[in-house]
Amino acid sequence: MKKHRLLAGMLAVLLMLASFTVIACGDDDEESSDSGADTAAEDTSSSAIKSNADNKGVTVTIGSKNFTEQKVLGEIYAQGLEAAGYTVQKELNLGDEKIALKSLEGGEISAYPEYTGTALGSFFGVASNKIPKDPAKAYEQAKAEFAKKDLTALPPTPFTSSNEVGLTGDKAEELGVTKISDLSDKASDLTLYGSPECRQREDCLLGLQRVYGLKFKKFTPVDIALRHEVLDKGQADLSIVFTTDPQIKRNGYVLLEDDKGMFPPYNSMLVVRNDVVEEAGPDMPKVVGQVQEGLTDEVIQELNARVDLDKKTPEQVAGEYLSESGLVE
Amino acid sequence: MDQGARHVTTTFAFLGQFGDAFEFIFKGQTTREGTEVGGSQFLELTWEHLKLTFAAMAVACAIAVPLGLWLGHMRKGGFLAISVSNVGRAVPSLALIALFVAFLGTGFANVTLALVLLAVPPILTNAYVAVTQVDPDTVDAAQGMGMTGPEVVRKVELPLALPLIFGGIKTSMVNVIATATIAPLAGINTLGDPIINVSGYGDTGRLAAAICVAALAVFTELALGTVQRAVTPEGLKLSTDSASRRMRLRFGREATT
Amino acid sequence: MLDLLAQVELRDRSGEGASCVADDGLCPDWIVDNFDRYTDPLLQHVVLTVVSLAIGFSISFGMALLAHRRRWLVAPITQVTGILYTLPSLAVFFLLLPLTGRGNTTAIIALVSYSLLIIFRNVMAGLDNVPEETKDAGRGMGLTDRQLLWRVELPLALPEILAGLRIAATTTVGLATLAFFAGAGGLGEQIFSDIVFKSNVVTAGGLAVLLAVVLDALILLLQRAVTPWTRARAT
Repeated sequence: MKKHRLLAGMLAVLLMLASFTVIACGDDDEESSDSGADTAAEDTSSSAIKSNADNKGVTVTIGSKNFTEQKVLGEIYAQGLEAAGYTVQKELNLGDEKIALKSLEGGEISAYPEYTGTALGSFFGVASNKIPKDPAKAYEQAKAEFAKKDLTALPPTPFTSSNEVGLTGDKAEELGVTKISDLSDKASDLTLYGSPECRQREDCLLGLQRVYGLKFKKFTPVDIALRHEVLDKGQADLSIVFTTDPQIKRNGYVLLEDDKGMFPPYNSMLVVRNDVVEEAGPDMPKVVGQVQEGLTDEVIQELNARVDLDKKTPEQVAGEYLSESGLVE
Repeated sequence: MDQGARHVTTTFAFLGQFGDAFEFIFKGQTTREGTEVGGSQFLELTWEHLKLTFAAMAVACAIAVPLGLWLGHMRKGGFLAISVSNVGRAVPSLALIALFVAFLGTGFANVTLALVLLAVPPILTNAYVAVTQVDPDTVDAAQGMGMTGPEVVRKVELPLALPLIFGGIKTSMVNVIATATIAPLAGINTLGDPIINVSGYGDTGRLAAAICVAALAVFTELALGTVQRAVTPEGLKLSTDSASRRMRLRFGREATT
Repeated sequence: MLDLLAQVELRDRSGEGASCVADDGLCPDWIVDNFDRYTDPLLQHVVLTVVSLAIGFSISFGMALLAHRRRWLVAPITQVTGILYTLPSLAVFFLLLPLTGRGNTTAIIALVSYSLLIIFRNVMAGLDNVPEETKDAGRGMGLTDRQLLWRVELPLALPEILAGLRIAATTTVGLATLAFFAGAGGLGEQIFSDIVFKSNVVTAGGLAVLLAVVLDALILLLQRAVTPWTRARAT
């Protein structure tokens, strides 16, 4: 009997201590639940992500689309949230944007990184020349549209990763082109290679056809991973590449200037299910803001290069980014 | 919902999806962006699929049938002819296509080459085995009648070997049709496009394509099976059992019918 | 704010010349250094293959034993397994998808159904090839039908049965590379993770071929071990 009472007493003390701790920490969290910007300002003292034991009961499944930059972003979010104490599962490499959205809406994943331009063009049917050129406005519009689907689009990254029409340096010289509209009289002799979803997208083939009036000799869909190889091996005259691809500098590709402003801004934002946002509490937007802050154009290109050129895994590279930035010890 | 009700619902949903898929195949849809998928577009994909298959099969037969017949007639290179099938079976088709894409790049010619490599082994092995299982007495009799080597091959060995050769062609062609489904990885848009590049087609389109590929394979099997039976000389049909038994015992069950 | 964050190390790669890895070449050093990337996919692949073979063999063997005594079953079973064999595995994955969803189950069902014909046909052929005289002798010695089956017919049929298992094993390894389309991982997933990098494709593909060869050899060894009387005859 005595033993039981002793145990009960210890338990009571422990519980009290625990509640004090929670209340004490809880106060901090309440303050930082307003917006990403506020919390970042508060954390200048120590930039590392702090683990919060409360988050352990929340399971977050991070998804991503099927190319390098997406896998790296997915890993960064996943590892960042894990450092904050969440129970994280990963379902990276799902497929193209429509498959990813379907998984998100269906609940198979809790969140995935999507680009503002892609969301507006592919999900919400906005014509590419009607998408705001200002990244902040584009984000606000995307956020409003996502909200209608019970999805929260968290604030975007500093970097923008745009679709572009690329060709080898030699080919550009041979054709004498620097802008996309230079292709208007030449397009009927040129082959364009792009990802399969490009065929259906306003910010890709459809836009090139409608905004620039280009009719290519042939459009060949290939897996997105092959977008540079088809240029290197001479099969493609033109290929749709991303501005953040490390292969551009390395192989000397030329990106044609989008003089008619067809390509929208593509900042990456983490799109999360509303029920997960509620369950996850204020730490989630805070951590997302922390990990995103350092993702400038140069940094994301470096990270992409580490995967594509150095052949490190996205998991390794995300880990390196987080530790090099001092976010995770 | 209790177990029973859930099973019924799943079954109906399953059937419903098949119904949608069939509609997709025959009527097609227009995507929100205004492009046509399914219906007649599927005919384009099927045509591309068949083009690739026939191209690969033509080259493979042109190489493997004469080679197999000759090796069999000369009773040479048996080990090679049999092993090539063993090795061929061990190489996954995806690895083969990926290898060709990585080393040679995308394009119709490259994919055809990969498919030819895939198609040759069954034809070669079957052609070889088919010739060697021709009764030596028959060959002797023919030579006794004054036929030259090539004549023996053409007039005696080939007709008797035809059933098994067609068996090999049948196996090969079904394999090639199956592998042509992953050709979209190399930029050739076959019926595998809705399966590998789902975008725009949706789950319905993907299921529809799966049905089409399956149907194509089964149809080829039945059609070539009929041809195979048609070219089997009457006498052979009756003794097929003992012939294939002898064949299997001598060649280690490598020849496929 | 940004000044207080540690910096990510940026490398200037514009001046770099040819590099085996960055140029997506075939780099033995890289393969050796990074081989641990392939162990998990290889393990998944082995599990998929072995489980599918075990299930496929059990089903086919059972069906063959049934059909051995009830000959009228041979034709329908051959027809059904024949159709399952003809259906391209990739198509089967997606035909099953609405019913069984993404994951190992779908992959295993597809792989099992492909192997049924091969094994069934070989078990049947093996049993049918047992000479009548041997069976008569057995019956003469007073063996019941069941004893005849397990003590005479099956041991004599073993070479044929195991030959069928060998063929099923090598083809299953090959088909399992497509299993990742059904959401089951394996070496195919590894190939896909970098389809342009020659070292990756060669290693993952090579491991698949190696696995097939090893399984083939193992079953062959098993065959030699349990049927010593066939050792004299060439396979």
